[in-house]
Amino acid sequence: MSIRVSVLIALLSVLLVLAGLWVGANVDLLPLQASTNAPVYDELFQVLFSIGTMLFLGVLGLLIYTLVRFRRSSGDLGDGAATEGNLPLEIVWTAIPAVVVLFVGLYSYNIYERMGGMVPLSDHGAMHGMAVGEENGNAKVWAGIGAAPGLSPAVSVDVTAMQFAFIFRYPESNIVSGQLHVPEGQLVQLHMQANDVIHAFWVPQFRLKQDIIPGQPTVLAFTASRPGTYPIICAELCGLYHGAMHTSIVVHGRESYEQWLTENTPPPVTA
Amino acid sequence: MANSISPHATHLQPQGWWRYFGFSIDHKVIGIQYLVTGFFFYLVGGVLAGMIRTELATPISDYLSREAYNEILTMHGTVMIFLWIVPVVNGAFGNYLVPFYVGARDMAFPRLNAVAFWMIPPAGILLIGSYFIGGAAQSGWTAYPPLSLTTPATGQVVWILSVLLLGGSSILGGINFIATILKLRRPGLKLMQLPMYCWAMLGTSILVVLSTPVLAGTLILLAFDIVAHTGFFNPVQGGNAVVYQHLFWFYSHPAVYIMVLPAFGLVSEILPVHARKPLFGYTTMVYSILAIVFLGLIVWAHHMFTSGTPPWMRLFFTIATSFIAVPTGIKFFNWLATLWGGKIALNSAMLFSCAFILNFVLGGITGVALAQVPFDIHVHDTYFVVAHFHYIVYGGTVFVIFASVYHWYPKFTGRLLNEPLGTLHFVLTFIGFNLCFGPQHWLGINGMPRRVSEYDPQFTLMNQVSSAGALLMAISTLPFLFNVIYSAFRGELAGDNPWRALTPEWLTSSPPPVENWHGPAPHVEHPYGYGMVDPA
Ligand SMILES: [Cu+2]
Ligand SMILES: [Cu+2]
Repeated sequence: MSIRVSVLIALLSVLLVLAGLWVGANVDLLPLQASTNAPVYDELFQVLFSIGTMLFLGVLGLLIYTLVRFRRSSGDLGDGAATEGNLPLEIVWTAIPAVVVLFVGLYSYNIYERMGGMVPLSDHGAMHGMAVGEENGNAKVWAGIGAAPGLSPAVSVDVTAMQFAFIFRYPESNIVSGQLHVPEGQLVQLHMQANDVIHAFWVPQFRLKQDIIPGQPTVLAFTASRPGTYPIICAELCGLYHGAMHTSIVVHGRESYEQWLTENTPPPVTA
Repeated sequence: MANSISPHATHLQPQGWWRYFGFSIDHKVIGIQYLVTGFFFYLVGGVLAGMIRTELATPISDYLSREAYNEILTMHGTVMIFLWIVPVVNGAFGNYLVPFYVGARDMAFPRLNAVAFWMIPPAGILLIGSYFIGGAAQSGWTAYPPLSLTTPATGQVVWILSVLLLGGSSILGGINFIATILKLRRPGLKLMQLPMYCWAMLGTSILVVLSTPVLAGTLILLAFDIVAHTGFFNPVQGGNAVVYQHLFWFYSHPAVYIMVLPAFGLVSEILPVHARKPLFGYTTMVYSILAIVFLGLIVWAHHMFTSGTPPWMRLFFTIATSFIAVPTGIKFFNWLATLWGGKIALNSAMLFSCAFILNFVLGGITGVALAQVPFDIHVHDTYFVVAHFHYIVYGGTVFVIFASVYHWYPKFTGRLLNEPLGTLHFVLTFIGFNLCFGPQHWLGINGMPRRVSEYDPQFTLMNQVSSAGALLMAISTLPFLFNVIYSAFRGELAGDNPWRALTPEWLTSSPPPVENWHGPAPHVEHPYGYGMVDPA
């Protein structure tokens, strides 16, 4: 390989890396960020998007260049070079995906930990304050993302998913609502249950999703970071009205949440 | 038996066109039967896809009833996987090519082979027929309980029967391929001299034989739950719905490789011929197939990252899944290196093969991303996943099927397909496909779940772009259909070996005689010896 070719290859590689980084940083495909999870997720997304762009553009460029440069001229009945392999080269392109994948794996593990995903299952800490689980006595509780044991949530909500609605119960104030209301900046814990079929709780702006599986009470925790109204979508096929199974989550500022609570708390039942 | 010329065999085999409609035991006839039947179901599945994209052209659920929509999305997935892709990349090309490649006159078990094929039409008729007897299954091709226990039972049970038949056919085929490749090789032909498609079929068949019985067992339990009200997967009766998911994906992840490994093999045959170069890195190609087979068996739970799987399990399946990118990456670099320095004919077979490389690389990149638990949690069960797997199975495998038809049509018929029509078919398919599935990545990331018949109006434009792409894909089949029918009668005569290829199926007449060679089978030690030996 001549020096000129080597320099050219090095230059093109640098260009490719720059292009990938630029695309990752400037092309925004994601919805609004409305939870503390979202920026962490988006960091991972950006890195993967950059690496993916480099790989894709690299293969695209190489393929088009090859097809143009080595195109058969009409009437040429000869064969190409009889190269059957090249061990050093093959080692290089075994190493490239191996290194990329190793990096991506370690990095996404780090992201996952920052999201609070590495919580052991059936942790008794997660059971703590679990209104739904108490009925089931020895029921295992499954942890979705962010359900770290020992954390005491500011707001705790029981969620029931059913064909075709979500119902939210606030055990402290006896509010029952079809819409989820939470305060900004505070840890919210959901105790989720389904009684008919599998549903999934998804808030795209929170980058948060968890299946709600019958027979498997599940805890999910998050901290909303931006007041507003966002969709809650059922993401698991659950029957005829699956596509219509959505509601919204209202993230309140501190005072507005208190106001919502007082306005909606039902008067105590006099027996 | 299949290794020696049996003089009466030719008399036992019918010779006219009607042999394609009977119980032929000629592997080539069975291969064509698989191909044409598969293509028929591709059209059926395509019509279903068209109905889905029509419904999704508007944000409200208006074109189809909700029952019909869920039936159609279930049927679309089932038909495309079990009646089109699996039978065609395995059954059709496997049956046609593998005996040639090992230097045999037929498969190891020719009657079993015919039985395996003839299980497919009844299964297909059952599946489609269920639509008219109380409605087809509505719980998606995954049939997750408890939903599949609560949707109308008749359709679900018929669906199970049909998939069991198709799985059975697939297992019989797998056993046959393993026996043929390992036991029926021409004396002196070493495993490491086999064309790459044989290795792909060996790997695939191992996956089929190991994983399909698990699916069968699972579906039988599911049928018991539906019919006899046992409670294996029903939490109300103490069953566990997540166990079903584990068992289901223990088959259905390998099923992805059952659909793509043979495609890898076919591309490995097509590229060297049209680039006039040896297949680059034969040995690493073989080992990467074996690595994919092994890894493919231990990654299933990446479909369950939001199902409440324990953290260690999420971690393990993330790592195992990501590492599939290594052997897969090797194959793609090897194909690029095969092209490099060649004398490339940019014909339809080559165009579809190269587009396969691009599409699959994109699908692979999103696949590695999806393997990361934190990434997956946001996009799981959304249109992002729909886009990802269509880039794998359509952009990957279906593109390869088309490339293969252009490449082997002259072998099947003795006539060439029309090239300008082929190029038109390619351009329409490539644009339509990317228009249809590209925007779906964005839809999923931004909040559109999969398997819905209505959506937030903010997604209307992208859905309409996607539907327009689907329309283009539908149109693209017309030049192809016309081409295969017209060329069968009026196509340019191909001669025996129009591509001057070196693999054994070309070293006989086109179409080949009943037992493949008039004389003894040729001994092919260098199936990719371009530039090394004189083309025969
Ligand atoms: Cu639902
Ligand atoms: Cu998988």
